[in-house]
Amino acid sequence: MSRIGVFTCHCGENIGATVDCAKVAEMCKHVPGVAHSVDYKYMCSDPGQRMMQEAIKEHNLDGVVVAACSPRMHEPTFRRAVSNAGVNPYMCEMANLREHCSWVHEKNDATTQKAADLIRVLVEKIKHNTPLYPIKVPVTKTAMVVGGGVAGIQVALDIANGGHKVILVEKSPSIGGHMSQLSETFPTLDCSQCILTPRMVEAAQHPNITLMTYSEVEKVDGFIGNFKVTVRKKARKLDEKLCTGCGLCIQKCPNKKISDEFNEGLGTRTAIYVPFPQAVPNRPVIDTLNCTFYKTGKCKVCEKVCPTNAIRFEQEDELVTIDIGAIVLATGFKLMKTEAFPEYGYGKHKDIIDGMQFERLASASGPTAGVMKRPSDGKEPETVVFIACSGSRDRSKGVPYCSKVCCMYTAKHAMLYKHKVHSGKAYVFYMDIRAAGKDYDEFVRRAIEEDDVKYIRGRVSKIYEEDGKLIVKGADTLMGGEPVEIKADMVVLATAVQSNDRSEELAQTLHVSYDTYGFFAEAHPKLRPVETNTGGIFLAGACQAPRDIPESVAQASAAASKVLGLFSQDQLTREPIVAVVNRQAGPTYSYCVGCFLCQTACPYQAIEQEQILARNGEVIKTIARINPGLCQGCGTCVATCRTKAIDLQGFSNEQLYAEIMTL
Amino acid sequence: MTESFEPKITAFVCNWCTYAGADLTGTSRINYQSNVRVLRVPCTGRIDFMLLMKAFQKGSDGVIVSGCHPNDCHYTSGNYHARRRWMVYKDLMDFMGVDTNRVTFSWVSAAEGARWAQLVNEVTDNIRNLGPYAEYKALAVAGIE
Repeated sequence: MSRIGVFTCHCGENIGATVDCAKVAEMCKHVPGVAHSVDYKYMCSDPGQRMMQEAIKEHNLDGVVVAACSPRMHEPTFRRAVSNAGVNPYMCEMANLREHCSWVHEKNDATTQKAADLIRVLVEKIKHNTPLYPIKVPVTKTAMVVGGGVAGIQVALDIANGGHKVILVEKSPSIGGHMSQLSETFPTLDCSQCILTPRMVEAAQHPNITLMTYSEVEKVDGFIGNFKVTVRKKARKLDEKLCTGCGLCIQKCPNKKISDEFNEGLGTRTAIYVPFPQAVPNRPVIDTLNCTFYKTGKCKVCEKVCPTNAIRFEQEDELVTIDIGAIVLATGFKLMKTEAFPEYGYGKHKDIIDGMQFERLASASGPTAGVMKRPSDGKEPETVVFIACSGSRDRSKGVPYCSKVCCMYTAKHAMLYKHKVHSGKAYVFYMDIRAAGKDYDEFVRRAIEEDDVKYIRGRVSKIYEEDGKLIVKGADTLMGGEPVEIKADMVVLATAVQSNDRSEELAQTLHVSYDTYGFFAEAHPKLRPVETNTGGIFLAGACQAPRDIPESVAQASAAASKVLGLFSQDQLTREPIVAVVNRQAGPTYSYCVGCFLCQTACPYQAIEQEQILARNGEVIKTIARINPGLCQGCGTCVATCRTKAIDLQGFSNEQLYAEIMTL
Repeated sequence: MTESFEPKITAFVCNWCTYAGADLTGTSRINYQSNVRVLRVPCTGRIDFMLLMKAFQKGSDGVIVSGCHPNDCHYTSGNYHARRRWMVYKDLMDFMGVDTNRVTFSWVSAAEGARWAQLVNEVTDNIRNLGPYAEYKALAVAGIE
């Protein structure tokens, strides 16, 4: 006969005000198998836990039902408490009297009855619980960072400096990300490349960091501490070991008119190229879509001029599988394109550009070498209009959220423009100025007060071209919605920050949750901001939500500290909520008949085939076996099994039927 | 039916989405009818036909099955298995003569506290109108367990 203790918590007034806890405790005393039942004001408090532990010893209890809040809240607390009193932690269950009863129902007898029912369900379950013991699994102390922007570089450096190996995977030919494209950064106006490129070089030269540029994550198997990641190394079409980065091939490539991604289409590049002069690694790639050789079968100029014979036209993509203990996602963001704005001409006016294009125009390493020239005719723009919230906070564009960085970079852009064109006029249309952050508001004030940038609160309804000017029509809502018309030479749209291309696909590959907008979801918005719901996978930077550089770096260091925490253990402890295949004595050996339907149902490839051998080595039967390291305990195989040969520890058929029997 | 009929509703919910969603209903203090008894399973993929039938046999007038939205399953694909099985279960229930209106299959995410309250209220009202599920309980009385 079980000796179960029931501990009903008032949670102050939270449960006590709606549920008659004393009555519930009294009712539970009469449930068969219950040896002890009490109520208490705060069960989770120290005296509450101590009372429970004393009761376990005094009444020799072998199972405990704590009727309090959600098990998602305090199950670990109470399991630890009973464990300290010498009872197996998996012999403790929680009845959810608060979230599922007292907080959602009126004070009446039915509610108290429901509370007692919820406890009874778990009393019956506990009678069928068996002690379970945590599973220990080894940890591979190598981390993978996906994305080589400022966040990814920071994560990699922090983990590497902590003494562990890091593999930094970047899909483009160079690390650096969006930050390497920026001209100057707010609120200090220091040169972005000057602060980033030393970090890039440090990452490349760090003995613990392996760079895998021009590579993408293809497949992820396994679980926390024991991932197997398959990375596709895209063919650069050259031997990286032989290439010295001399750049002769780039100089001689005849195909020079290709739109340059790094310069956001404002400049051109060759078919064999490095994205930008400070690229890390400084190794070119051949753009096979635009290369003359791949289009016509003739050319091979690069091969002829290469002093080290490094060009390999026949090179194929390579798949590499690596053992990884933890993964950090730092895949960044993309900007909404100007094509998305019919009211601003669908991106067909060359002088309506987005924020990143302005960065390239203002950058000393950009296509104009930092001289303000508008893209259409190369003239110096005399009047520039900046439009904040282009797409952001706009439901019709599918972006109801704030992109967070635009207020600051728009102020920066206006300032940079005024510093370069002293006689120029800069106008900013804005909805609100959101400049929360250290020295941020002061920065915006400086743009307005010292650099004479005209801020107009209102939206721009239409932009059209007339006599070589862009006519910007808007309203000034602080002047009672008075119409405003500005004849501009250039318009800069602070377009919305969006989740990166294929981020949802990547999330599905990694079994990570993501939100409606494709940003990766953190495990808890306040308390677990850098973890995902999948153990061993962490987040850094703008792949989680729009972020500026300091926040991305802070989050990156936070993610790195989580990884280092994980790597500080030699073995991980996992919940023993896993499936097991029934085994018994011969001649049946197991209920399993070897149909392996479970194998097709398992999302984790955790089910293997096991042969039962006779003494002479003859195969008697082939049955399923579950790898407890891979099993995550979903139970899909249990419901699939035709012969009920598989059961799920912690949620066994016996336990669930026992629960139903109380109804 | 007498006016005092209070249906018994049994809900099989997954730990990660609907159970958390029901927690959020509590945290948001959204009131709903108290007829439902929640049984927690790790995933809707864990639920097999016999669990639903047993629930009816033991006196449930209505059953709710709810898990993560498609694509959001904590275990990647458990809810897809549940959805496919539900198509088969429905046919099987029809064949057995079990009223399919008594089972409600739904998705409630961890962020949809209000949706959970709405679902429970809808099902409770619906089952209250349908009346007690006497036909199936009669089997239990006849000793077929």
